[in-house]
Amino acid sequence: MCLLIRLVIKKLDRNWQACLHLSLPSEPGWRGGRGAGRAPAGGRQDGAAAVSARQQEMEKARPLWDNPVQFVFACISYAVGLGNVWRFPYLCQMYGGGGFLIPYFIMLIVEGMPLLYLELAVGQRMRQGSIGAWKIISPYLCGVGVASVVVSFFLSMYYNVINAWAFWYLFHSFQDPLPWATCPLNSNRTGYEEECEKTSSTQYFWYRQTLNISPSLETSGAVQWEQALCLTLAWLVVYLCILRGTESTGKVVYVTASLPYCVLIIYLIRGLTLHGAVNGLIYMFTPKLEQLSNPKAWISAATQIFFSLGLGFGSLIAFASYNEPSNNCERHAIIVSLINSATSIFASIVTFSIYGFKATFNYESCINRVILLLLNAFDLEEGSLTADNLNEMKDYLMAAHPQEYAQLLPQLKNCSLEAELDTAVQGTGLAFIVYSEAIKNMEVSQLYSVLYFVMLLMLGIGSMLGNTAAILTPLTDSKLIASRFPKEVISGVVCFVNCIIGLIFTMEAGNYWFDIFNDYAATLSLLLIVLVETIAVCYIYGLRRFEKDLHTMIGRKPNWYWKVMWAFASPLLIISLFIFYLTDYILTGTLQYQAWDATQVK
Amino acid sequence: MLQVLLLTFSAVTIAHAELCKPDAQNAFKVRLSIKTALGDNAYAWDTNEEYLFKAMMAFSMRRYSSKTTTQISNVLLCNVTDRVSFWFVVTDSTKNTTVPGSEVEAAIRMNRNRINNAFLLSDKTLQFLKIPSTLAPPVEPSTPVWLIVFGVVLCLIVAGIVFLVVAGIQQRKKKNKESTERENLEEKGEATITIENGIPCETLDLKAGHINGVFSADDERFTSL
Repeated sequence: MCLLIRLVIKKLDRNWQACLHLSLPSEPGWRGGRGAGRAPAGGRQDGAAAVSARQQEMEKARPLWDNPVQFVFACISYAVGLGNVWRFPYLCQMYGGGGFLIPYFIMLIVEGMPLLYLELAVGQRMRQGSIGAWKIISPYLCGVGVASVVVSFFLSMYYNVINAWAFWYLFHSFQDPLPWATCPLNSNRTGYEEECEKTSSTQYFWYRQTLNISPSLETSGAVQWEQALCLTLAWLVVYLCILRGTESTGKVVYVTASLPYCVLIIYLIRGLTLHGAVNGLIYMFTPKLEQLSNPKAWISAATQIFFSLGLGFGSLIAFASYNEPSNNCERHAIIVSLINSATSIFASIVTFSIYGFKATFNYESCINRVILLLLNAFDLEEGSLTADNLNEMKDYLMAAHPQEYAQLLPQLKNCSLEAELDTAVQGTGLAFIVYSEAIKNMEVSQLYSVLYFVMLLMLGIGSMLGNTAAILTPLTDSKLIASRFPKEVISGVVCFVNCIIGLIFTMEAGNYWFDIFNDYAATLSLLLIVLVETIAVCYIYGLRRFEKDLHTMIGRKPNWYWKVMWAFASPLLIISLFIFYLTDYILTGTLQYQAWDATQVK
Repeated sequence: MLQVLLLTFSAVTIAHAELCKPDAQNAFKVRLSIKTALGDNAYAWDTNEEYLFKAMMAFSMRRYSSKTTTQISNVLLCNVTDRVSFWFVVTDSTKNTTVPGSEVEAAIRMNRNRINNAFLLSDKTLQFLKIPSTLAPPVEPSTPVWLIVFGVVLCLIVAGIVFLVVAGIQQRKKKNKESTERENLEEKGEATITIENGIPCETLDLKAGHINGVFSADDERFTSL
């Protein structure tokens, strides 16, 4: 049965190949899209028509990256995104600290590098966006390409809202004091606003002043004009970067790839010198190896590698299609995946030193509050209660004045550093609440705030460039659309449509929509897409043919490690992930979401 | 004589003790946190400081009600603790009762700044427990700062986009002109554009090219004998 299918597909394929021979870069003489005017020897004799036709074809040659460094930077800028900063530290904390690195690296070797190499090789070989590339592999598979474009479209719809929020915080960082450092006053100026009193000022700024969040998904509320403005600005920035295709994108990725590292290094130095940072680092890196027996740890490691590299969206295929066919994509795949993982670990060091600082600060504030309470209640001399003798003094006071102590007891919280460190946060909560809380307590907080939000912007825009490239490359490749409209118009229309749809996320209930999209838009579909991709390349296109193509491009055949991973390990892993997620969805029943209750404030 | 004096003195102290008690009517509790505010420069709280406090209270009452009848002896302090907290009342010597709490509160609110400064403290470190202080409103500029920065960035981005789009249109116009010129030339059947190494032969005209001196010196082709 399988053989029959293979035979049929091979026959159809051969016909396709015959038609596509002209555009496939398999002839020897095509090399050098750069030297686009160079005719093969003997072109002089071809006659006027043939020469001018060749000229025209070469003038419309595919735009290329100026040098391989631009391609590597583009891939790094796309892969290193917000997930490295806000998801990996959370996973590390949940699943055993330093011990989590073991499943992480195993999954990188089994799943990350092979799949990345596969996508880059496909893109570089077929020299087309995702739809065109999969059509070439097998005409029945262009659905995979379409699926990639649709998923990229969903992602770009909601992802740019994060950039809008980053812009909002960035613009608000130019004030002294920072607006999220203090609560606003209530109407008669005797105290702070009630909602802000009950929670912290940073949470209030995020939930009330940034999002103006409604109590539930059903009460949509109005579009927040400030957020809408920021979203428009974010889309204009993305449009500016993709306007000219690889020409402009190639220059922008130099900045978006390298600036986050500069900021992370500054934060590392600042973070490690903060008071209490060591507590966070010790807490994170003490390996709790018993977590390794928890299957969730391994699944989370696999999922994190998978989504962190951005496989299946078609962006990697799009980027690689603008490469020179002789580009060594094997080396680049290894470099990009290693840099992505190293950045995750680096970012988690920074995050945990910030955590440690914030936890220590909160712990010491808690202790000071308890001391003040006791001093005021029992009229003791200032300085008689310190953090060291607090426990003994509490026992003494309990013995000496039992009734008053019993009255105070509900207000005396037990301050614990462990409890502060245990509050693991991920996602927008980490990026916008925890970090801004830590920043407001540093000296020269405006500078650190600006640096941090510029870094978030660079990470976000870098990923957006990849997403929009995944959508635009198939559109500009298709002759139907590209012949009628210039590139600028197509990019403009895509950005405009995304911006209009993105206004949903600026409504009062927008954050709930964002959570829905974030959790469900891309997960299952990507697993399926990548599974079909791997099976298609290995079994339908044929591993041997793929090997030969790689040999033509790079000059050597892939060794046994790549082949084993492509053919067996990665598909099996993806199938198991897919089954796990399906059973998880089915078992959970009605899906739930967390809402912000303004009365109870949590 | 002495006995009369003793009697009046004890009567006065008893009366005062009744007027100034914790939770007495029109009495206020004050709490100072000197060490928190001043650290190493903290002064010790002694009877001189108490005298200053009484003076400040008398001053506030005088200023508020414009009566010059309030004396330092009208202000009574009691229950001074190590925390440095105490209760005080302001008595009215004409009526031998305490001044109503609302008047005292209003007087203190009016002169809070002067009182704080006299003790080098602030609203937080010199607390009158029943008199909450109004918090200073945050400074708000007329146009929110974020709109200004937003405007600047928006203008830059829009300028960049317009520049790139216009440059692209101009480039395309040039390309179209060139290709139509070339097509016209070819249609007229004039010289086919022969290409040598990517350079059309027309530009390789001798007048544009360089003449290599080595090969043009014919007379010296053969070395002379």
